[in-house]
Amino acid sequence: MNVGSQVGSIEAFTLIVRRELCLSFRRPDQLLQPLVFFLIVTTLFPLGLSLQLSLLRDMAPGVLWVAALLSSLLSVDSLFKSDADDGTLEQLALCGQGLTVIVVAKTFAHWLVSGAALVLVSPVVGTALGIPTGVFPTMMLSLTLGTLTLSWLGAIGAGLTVGLKRGNVLLSLIVLPLAMPLLIFGAGATDRAISGSSAAGALYFLAALCVFTCTLAPFAATVALRITLE
Amino acid sequence: MLKGVSLTLRPRQLLHISGPNGTGKTTLLRVVCGLLRPEQGLVSWLGQSISSVRAEYQAALAYASHEPALKGDLTALENLRFAVGLKRRVTAGELRASLEKTGVAGCADLPARVLSAGQRRRVALARILSMKASLWLLDEPFTNLDAAGTDLTGALLQSHVEGGGAALVVAHHDLKVDVDMRRLELGL
Repeated sequence: MNVGSQVGSIEAFTLIVRRELCLSFRRPDQLLQPLVFFLIVTTLFPLGLSLQLSLLRDMAPGVLWVAALLSSLLSVDSLFKSDADDGTLEQLALCGQGLTVIVVAKTFAHWLVSGAALVLVSPVVGTALGIPTGVFPTMMLSLTLGTLTLSWLGAIGAGLTVGLKRGNVLLSLIVLPLAMPLLIFGAGATDRAISGSSAAGALYFLAALCVFTCTLAPFAATVALRITLE
Repeated sequence: MLKGVSLTLRPRQLLHISGPNGTGKTTLLRVVCGLLRPEQGLVSWLGQSISSVRAEYQAALAYASHEPALKGDLTALENLRFAVGLKRRVTAGELRASLEKTGVAGCADLPARVLSAGQRRRVALARILSMKASLWLLDEPFTNLDAAGTDLTGALLQSHVEGGGAALVVAHHDLKVDVDMRRLELGL
């Protein structure tokens, strides 16, 4: 009875990404919340600290990365929760595409509207924090790798806590310790670039972490979600 | 929760599951569709365990939980496009025809959040219809529906079963259908 051709994984991936983007843009408040949080935190620091540019510049990488980390955590909580609450997650789980495709597509879409957006506004923040323009490519590259990794770590945490009423605290407890290497090496890369040293070592480490999580986290997040669905 | 339950469903058959609250009707449905793994026992599709033919089984089933499972920020048509589009390639015309059949064609371009509970239920029914699945698993499909909606759901169930499909329906209502129907009453 099943009429019409079957849908391939790539087609399904594209459809879910479109669905997620569509949902995000229909709710601009939720879309902008992590970005606004990132901008507010990073622009408050220059106002709160002394007017010495050198002090601001020294603190800039840490401030930037802590704000990026917290901003990512803020949005990742809703990755599966809204779908679980309204029953659409069950429909997605039974769509015949395999839960991994769903998880990968939803996490990628989440990164597009949170991580990628954050990378795009980072030069504005960098300017406010006194980071030299020449450091922007290193800063943006490190943030791209870092936010992608954070989205994947967040997907595992979100999968594990989706069934809990107030899972965001537990989610933070799961994700934050795993994100510490990102914070250290991400801030380290930007710091080295500011001081004129080579940031290659820290960037390679971030890239390795990114590849590691992008490869294994989809399966871990799928298992976490399957356990929660049962 | 469920012990000693054994059932077989063939094409052109409808199984009506009823019973008091808390007897495991929804749990049984979730086990049958594969969302819950049974502690003991097996669910088979065409003679094979559903875990070994997961993709084929999921492609052949359409499940409606007691929630309409619609995103409030998407229109009725978008909800259908994103849900059905993952199962099979479908055109907007086909989806509009399904909405027409369930009496909510006028709501196609409205966000699901502005629809009444009954209209949302009808949109969920249109989703089931559009999936062209051979096995329907419906959990309380008559909830929030008016008399006309209840009759319509019965008629669609009848047409599905007469067309060679099978259906497993959890409902407190008596089903007004003239097909090969069996009944399973779960008790406490």
